[in-house]
Amino acid sequence: MKKKVALLLALILVFSMFAAGCGGGDDEAEYAGTVKIGVFEPASGDNGPGGKQEALGVQYANYVQPTVEIGGETYKVELVEADNESDNGKAVTAATNLVSSGVSIVLGSYGSAVSIAAGDVFKEAGMPAMGITCTNPQVTKGNDVYFRICFLDPFQGTVLANYAWDNGMEKAYCLSKLGDDYSVGLANFFMQAFKAKGGEVVYEQFPDKNSDFTGYVANAKKQGCDVFFSPVSIEAAVLIIDQAQAQQLGMPILAGDTWDSNKVAEAAKGTDVEIIVTTFYQEGGNPQFDEGIKAWMEEDSTALKNNGGNTDLAAVTAMGYDAYFVALEAIKAAGSTDPAAVLEALPNVEYDGVCGKVVFGENGDAVRDVAYVKKCNNETGKWEFLAEQTV
Amino acid sequence: MELLLKWLPYILAGISVGGQYALIAIGYTMVYGILRLINFAHGDMFMIAGLMAVYLATALPLYITLPMVLVLTVILGCTIEVVAYRPLRTAPRMSIMISAIGVSYFLQNLALYATGGLAQTYPKIEWLARTVNVFGASTKMVTLVTPVLVIVLVVALVMLIKHTKIGMAMRAVSRDFETSQLMGIDINRVITVTFVIGSFLAAIGSILYFTNYTGIMPTSGGMPGLKAFVAAVFGGIGSIPGAVIGAFVIGICENLIKGANMTTFSDAFTFVLLIIILMVKPTGLFGEKNIDKV
Repeated sequence: MKKKVALLLALILVFSMFAAGCGGGDDEAEYAGTVKIGVFEPASGDNGPGGKQEALGVQYANYVQPTVEIGGETYKVELVEADNESDNGKAVTAATNLVSSGVSIVLGSYGSAVSIAAGDVFKEAGMPAMGITCTNPQVTKGNDVYFRICFLDPFQGTVLANYAWDNGMEKAYCLSKLGDDYSVGLANFFMQAFKAKGGEVVYEQFPDKNSDFTGYVANAKKQGCDVFFSPVSIEAAVLIIDQAQAQQLGMPILAGDTWDSNKVAEAAKGTDVEIIVTTFYQEGGNPQFDEGIKAWMEEDSTALKNNGGNTDLAAVTAMGYDAYFVALEAIKAAGSTDPAAVLEALPNVEYDGVCGKVVFGENGDAVRDVAYVKKCNNETGKWEFLAEQTV
Repeated sequence: MELLLKWLPYILAGISVGGQYALIAIGYTMVYGILRLINFAHGDMFMIAGLMAVYLATALPLYITLPMVLVLTVILGCTIEVVAYRPLRTAPRMSIMISAIGVSYFLQNLALYATGGLAQTYPKIEWLARTVNVFGASTKMVTLVTPVLVIVLVVALVMLIKHTKIGMAMRAVSRDFETSQLMGIDINRVITVTFVIGSFLAAIGSILYFTNYTGIMPTSGGMPGLKAFVAAVFGGIGSIPGAVIGAFVIGICENLIKGANMTTFSDAFTFVLLIIILMVKPTGLFGEKNIDKV
């Protein structure tokens, strides 16, 4: 009896594998071929929500423009997604999978740490990769195949420090996550710039998988700081806001591009926690794009769920949209689906996107000199534009 | 006095989180006492209890959701026992341990599938989540409720074990599994009751814990589970008062270390403490001495 049940279970497992493997297979007769673009984003883990929103931009772009002209023939564009699970170890596996699945170019990832971890895989394979919102300098430094379309942390950190100093904040509490390249990097650049201005800094780090921020918020209060700078993941952001409200933090929270998410704004709704962030795109910057993607999300329930249940746009989504078109430009310029040809064409690509013009400069980093400063409205739970800030 | 006021926020946080660890630790320690099994799935059950509240609260009002969470978690705990542990009762202890690890991963991946890897926000229980002021330190109501509730529950549990028939049966089983079976005690019933109590307390712990730290991820049960386990070992695994005292010690020390600006070491402390206890007093604070009968 038991053996029969076990055998039956085993058979079900085997057959379900076959069923999963045999799906798809639609006719591609009308196209000359397929070109694959790798989407290297976290769909789970700490950076899951952000990664999904960034991937949404790419998916919407693919929906708007599903084909590309290469050498006079129309190719279908197929997205190959790989989940790096916000984990530096898994990132290498996901990157290897993408390389071996025959993609022409890779986009991503949200979260600098995983991009840095996977950089060597792309480098060895000669696979062009394009960071969308990973702002740590280490991503592209010393890596000829990694490009990026966003600004960098030395720039963002300085912008944030200038903003804090100009608004009369003199003592900053900085919090980053232990071993996370993005938050540690950005906190360091912020502290450098803030100290150079004459400000005072208290710096602390929290370990991985920590969900108790009581002590950190209490420390910031105890030290009598003027601003709480915590450029950490969205998951941590929600918990920090909650604690800040419970303990009546009494100082504004300042953060980088990751916090520009409707999830963060929603957590701050109905509280009196003041949140200010710098980001890449301001909703309303391109009304046509805004309307299009909102209508698309309304129709696609999975997309809506991945965006956190409403259609408020995150900057990373707009950046993802731009990245897809930059990739198409590169493939067109290369005139081939061969990664090596795309890599050669990529540095010279110029593209006018919804988040501004993309031109690649030194190290393969895009030339950007403006960041948008946004503030959360605690009543409506939406982001409001404050200022454009340069260094 | 001023010194006390300065440390008060940390002590409050410590007592609160310590109480929540205690509720999980009791589950570990009781199952160990009866079955000599470390139920690795306990922390994940705690996480699942949190997720149940998230999903139930979308459809039902809170006064139905919370009792439902308690009932469903108890059912889940008993189901795990019946499906994954009972068939292995006569198997070597290692097999049942591996089975527990398997259940733990199963629950985590189930949660990963259900949530899609995104953190879920725990429903807000107005009364527990509102901000209160204690001698100038702001905190959530749950911080004050937790220690009181823990003490009430532990006293009730100790009464149950000391003064009822099923309690006597539990004590007998924990002393000698085989002999009590020969004396006519229904082992399966005792074990089920153990799992009912353990799951029930874990569900209450999850309500308190996630009201304080509102994000739930598939791995959210890991750290609290591990720390509760350390608390149970610290107090002497198998002993209920030991587990509670251990949990409070760990919770408070952890937060005091954060207050001393050594935040990076707060987790390391817990595990260093475990190593020291195992070296100095392997049976823990209130652990029973192992007497080898020849």
